[in-house]
Amino acid sequence: MSWSGKFLRVNLSKGTCQSEPLNMQWAKEYLGSRGLASKYLVEEIDPKVDPLSPENKIIWATGPLTGTMASTGGRYTVVTKGPLTGAIACSNSGGYWGAELKMAGWDMVIFEGKSPKPVYLVIENDDAKLLDASYIWGKSVWETEPAIKAKHQDPQMRVSCIGRAGENQVLFASVVNDLHRAAGRSGVGAVMGSKNLKAIAVRGTKGVGNLKDPKAFMKASTAAKAVLAGHAVTGQGLPTYGTQVLMNVINEVGALPTRNHQDVQFEGAKDISAEAMATPRASDGKAQLVTNQACFGCTIACGRISKIDETHFSIQNKPQYINASGGLEYEAAWALGAANGVNDLEALQFANMVCNEDGIDPITFGATVGAVMEMYEMGALTKEQIGMEAPFGSAKALCHFAEITARGEGFGKEIGLGSARLTKKYGQPDLSMSVKGQEFPAYDGRVIQGIGLAYATSNRGACHLRGYTIASEVLGIPVKTDPAETNGKPELVKAFQDATAAFDSAGICIFTSFAWTLADVAPQLQAACGDEFTVENLNTIGERIWNMERDFNNRAGFTNKDDKLPKRLMTEAAKTGPGKGTVSGLDKMLPEYYKVRGWDNEGRLSTETRKRLGL
Amino acid sequence: MQKSLLINADKCTGCLQCEMACSYENYGVFNTSKSRIKVFDFHETGKKVPYTCTQCDEAWCLKACPVDAIRIDATTGAKVVIEDVCVGCKVCTISCPFGTVNYVQDTGKVQKCDLCGGDPACATSCPTGAITYVDADWTGLDKMRAWADKLGNQPSA
Repeated sequence: MSWSGKFLRVNLSKGTCQSEPLNMQWAKEYLGSRGLASKYLVEEIDPKVDPLSPENKIIWATGPLTGTMASTGGRYTVVTKGPLTGAIACSNSGGYWGAELKMAGWDMVIFEGKSPKPVYLVIENDDAKLLDASYIWGKSVWETEPAIKAKHQDPQMRVSCIGRAGENQVLFASVVNDLHRAAGRSGVGAVMGSKNLKAIAVRGTKGVGNLKDPKAFMKASTAAKAVLAGHAVTGQGLPTYGTQVLMNVINEVGALPTRNHQDVQFEGAKDISAEAMATPRASDGKAQLVTNQACFGCTIACGRISKIDETHFSIQNKPQYINASGGLEYEAAWALGAANGVNDLEALQFANMVCNEDGIDPITFGATVGAVMEMYEMGALTKEQIGMEAPFGSAKALCHFAEITARGEGFGKEIGLGSARLTKKYGQPDLSMSVKGQEFPAYDGRVIQGIGLAYATSNRGACHLRGYTIASEVLGIPVKTDPAETNGKPELVKAFQDATAAFDSAGICIFTSFAWTLADVAPQLQAACGDEFTVENLNTIGERIWNMERDFNNRAGFTNKDDKLPKRLMTEAAKTGPGKGTVSGLDKMLPEYYKVRGWDNEGRLSTETRKRLGL
Repeated sequence: MQKSLLINADKCTGCLQCEMACSYENYGVFNTSKSRIKVFDFHETGKKVPYTCTQCDEAWCLKACPVDAIRIDATTGAKVVIEDVCVGCKVCTISCPFGTVNYVQDTGKVQKCDLCGGDPACATSCPTGAITYVDADWTGLDKMRAWADKLGNQPSA
């Protein structure tokens, strides 16, 4: 088993909470978390629904390994139709919230409708109730969690909530739990806000005790932990440096998108790297990095806890930023830094903290600021329109934008649109570095061919977490492939996409896949859930999930014309680095990818593919 | 020879493997709310601190118990709750100065760390060495070694 076997359905329009049995047939076909919640979403909503309307639904979901002793078994996902993209959205988060939901005895919570007034859900084991959220509406994430714990006199509650960005339906608002862990992308927080839902507070004391074969599970999970501990990335690189270990590496291979993807190497990369975070500052002799932190059950512990320089201009007279809190990880450091040409590490940490405090996706936020800075430099946006000077490299502009975006003040309202809508509104649509409306993460898709294809075909818009071919193309995991090569990349991308869907759906962290393959996951799932979860079946489950997501997007109106990269990556060659002179070979790879996927020329599932996967 | 749990908070990442191992050992379930060791996350400093019973020699809980339900394990030195005898009066939870004896609603008894009979699951499961199980007389050994290294293990002038 290992599933709780039941989920909570909350109708916000009617104010009702009902327990329903989990569809165990679907659990076997879609596993849990991302896959299973997406199955419920796909079955229950019209793909053409307005993401911010009451007709959309939003689901918090755990996987079968969530809440167990499997390493990293604390993940949950938030699944909905995303307002930034109009595509299926699935954002994954760690921290402690997911395990708490599972320990309360629930696999998922499905929200439907819209509450007439702001509410929050409180779950205490079997009891679930909607309560008036007027005392926390308008509050930041950092104010909301302690306020709920104080109100209920329970410091052991775990809270997943939105900040001001979600309330104001900023299109890239995140859902944040445990103060600084986030289901970050695609604007899932805006959907929560559109439903007048502020938070879900959970306390679970039932635990997870229904594994199929606990002894076999302990053996398998212990063996798998040893694999993580013994691997250079998960045993040393990530715990010591965090994901920021990548900053200098990616810059050296000439794939660090800089100044809105105009360049592929950033002269300030070393100033915003993991090494810089660990170096004592001139001002106070202390490093920004305080310590690392694990999420629930994680034996890697890549999380960063950082403390900002108290003398930095960004936090003067702002005491809430003085304590240690969630620090920079690679994607955020890139988006807030290299993407804007800003090399002020303290400014990056300030913007990062505001993103956590207000519930904003730092990737889309940072990338949108990059587009604004380019438009400012070319004169498409003026100082008067923006309210200040905003050239590339301006830490002042970055910090100011961070503070006004969630609140929708002044130009912050425009930034809150995301780069696709903003650049279009001001007549420069080619300057949005995005796919399907969602901005790129921190790897250049014209220099590293596989990741470019992965971005173009990602079901939630541009994303590194839907097929991280960087592992192969840069790090050589599981085997090294040439980043400049397009041959073989469609197969590589498909393999990564399918396996990732299986990892995500199990309830574990995708970072385990630096060291684990599905052969490490399968024994844990078999002991926990059932013998049928072999490596082969997990690959099929992953492929089924990928195709289900794709089919939803097709029915939502997406076609092969949306599987494209911005003009810049197709026509403006990389200026420096090992990939100098290259552009994306997407045109060559995409038709081949469709073939490998078993799709027709327009990117739609063929009848045979549907039949083979049971769709 | 008795051993003690030795906790080095500087090595703790807050993964809660110890809490799950504890609940699994004692109740066969992964359930942090049933753990006898608790990790405290001090967000403002970034410190994570595991905390559990230190097995006092003059144990307040043992002395306070009106039905003699807390007894000494002669081998490990642990103060162990005998569930069949415990009446759930909770006097021990009041008497313990450190808060490490607590009531369990499901069983109607109290629970505290019993060192798992000499093989503590929390120490075995800790991935970073923040929790170890060492010679009870030498819990200071690592600190002494660190200072000895700092003060005496320098190249000669």
